[in-house]
Amino acid sequence: MEAVLFFIAAIGAIGGALGVVASRNPFYSVLALIAHLFSLAVLFLLLTSAFVAAAQVVVYAGAVMVLYVFVVAYVGEGGESAWEPIPGQRFLAPLLGVVLFVELSVAVLSSALKALGTHGPDVPAGFGDPAAIGTLLLEKFLLPFEATSILLLIAAVGAIVLANRKREESA
Amino acid sequence: MNVEWYIVLSSLLFAIGAVGILIRRSPIVILLCLELMLNAGNLALVAFSREVGNQQGQVFALVVMVVAACEVVVGLGLLVAIFRRKLPLNVDDLSELRG
Repeated sequence: MEAVLFFIAAIGAIGGALGVVASRNPFYSVLALIAHLFSLAVLFLLLTSAFVAAAQVVVYAGAVMVLYVFVVAYVGEGGESAWEPIPGQRFLAPLLGVVLFVELSVAVLSSALKALGTHGPDVPAGFGDPAAIGTLLLEKFLLPFEATSILLLIAAVGAIVLANRKREESA
Repeated sequence: MNVEWYIVLSSLLFAIGAVGILIRRSPIVILLCLELMLNAGNLALVAFSREVGNQQGQVFALVVMVVAACEVVVGLGLLVAIFRRKLPLNVDDLSELRG
């Protein structure tokens, strides 16, 4: 059962990723990424991390992707030119990707990491649920938690400054 | 399922995202491919967290999500600013900052 779910979600994730790269229209790329994110949430659930899966669906597939859809609708499709600054880039890049994949796989699978070929240890019932993650965030990782909130604030201020219309008119 | 399956899937998704960044020219799609790579990293983090039986890796994954959200906000703000100045939305034409 678990293996079946894994392969369904893995095929969904790979298909979504290929759809992002291959579709001509950026709008379809965004939709493919949403499908990809939902498949990843299923994988996170299989790895007994319920809170990360929920955050993935609510924050990523919900909020962030809505932002993308807005910007794609605002900016428009903007057809890509077929002009290649580097000759053969469209053939060299996938080759490089295959090399990268093989290299990463070999590096991880041939490493001396213990328990890589196993299912992992048996975990208690509350593993990865919101209570456990919240306790970790607010006790052990309080400082990084606050740092990320400041990072979000800086990003919000930066986005407002970048997209401000009045500054451009005066400039 | 063994943890190594998740790791191989994660590296495959990372490679697909990297290829997308190399061959696409629209900045929107390049940002989407960046999301693919960040999510592949997240999957590896959560898989290793399950393998070790330690929840701290999941906290890392959550922080990566926050960083990705910041990257999206700033990147899309840049896109809107580029669009307002009527510059072409094509990374090959936007090469003035190249050294």
